[in-house]
Amino acid sequence: MVWTGRAVLPSLLTMSDTTGRRWHDMGGQDAGPVPMDGHDFALWEKRVDALMVLCGQKGLFTVDGLRRALEDMGEDAFESMSYYERWIAAVNQNLVEGGAYTLEELGERMQEIAARGSTYGEAQSDG
Amino acid sequence: MPHDHHDHFHHEGMSPSGHPYRADNDTPLTYWQRMEIAVRELLVEKGHLTPAEIAAQIEAMDARSPANGAAVVARAWTDPAFKARLLENASEASREMGFDIGPLNLIAVENTADTHNLIVCTLCSCYPRNLLGLPPDWYKTRAYRSRAVREPRTVLREFGLELPDHVTVRVHDSTADMRYVVLPARPEGTEGMDEAQLAALVTRDSMIGTGLPHRP
Repeated sequence: MVWTGRAVLPSLLTMSDTTGRRWHDMGGQDAGPVPMDGHDFALWEKRVDALMVLCGQKGLFTVDGLRRALEDMGEDAFESMSYYERWIAAVNQNLVEGGAYTLEELGERMQEIAARGSTYGEAQSDG
Repeated sequence: MPHDHHDHFHHEGMSPSGHPYRADNDTPLTYWQRMEIAVRELLVEKGHLTPAEIAAQIEAMDARSPANGAAVVARAWTDPAFKARLLENASEASREMGFDIGPLNLIAVENTADTHNLIVCTLCSCYPRNLLGLPPDWYKTRAYRSRAVREPRTVLREFGLELPDHVTVRVHDSTADMRYVVLPARPEGTEGMDEAQLAALVTRDSMIGTGLPHRP
């Protein structure tokens, strides 16, 4: 069977809208006024940023790997998760894929952390 | 301008940047916070990172601010040879001033009497973070990313910036591999000012293109 460009189109469309662009490619879309409110970054957000930079520097994943994970999350994640929530999800996905630790180890550790306390401060291993 | 807090007084309960403090250590623990703690602990236990490296990285990021970019701009305003180097290779010129901008590939775009530059990342949040610090929240919003490339003058008006019709607006779309910073035009009436005085006029937004430097 001879494959043509047309033949692969349906699979591409599952990731794109009818214009052929993916959800994160927002340039030129309609949107409301620019929201001007901001916030100071929380410690956990700064830590996500630091993990992203350091793991990249150490070759545990690439920028492209992060971008793939972020873009594959889809538009729902953009609307329902905060910026650094999406980033820790992308960092984690790349680390699991790269074998830095297993999904099982992550799950066990997250359960253990929940038992330490009900706030971010209490949930630190040294806190 | 509502987005530019440099001129605001320090209100009770607000941080020096004019934003509410985040009580992140004593609000209910979220799923994603647990993930951050777990990822960090596992990376440390497996020898990929040390707590000191993480702390040093946060400290380095906290130390980066628009003041770094302002110093670069002020140097370019006072030293024509430096300005030429900046427009040729902004990464190298920034390093020359002692700013550790890592592997960042940085391009400086110059505002003139008839050209105004604006930077955006339509795909996500790419920003000259190693020079200016982390981007403001609005830079990462759907509204800014979508509209900056289509109706920049209308967007600039929302930032309180009305450009004359004869001024051409150039919008630069950043990527992870290519970041931009705006070299604003030196304001009139600053002839007698030294580099430090000039740097104080340079706002974050003037280096994104959503604002202009303060006037003396």
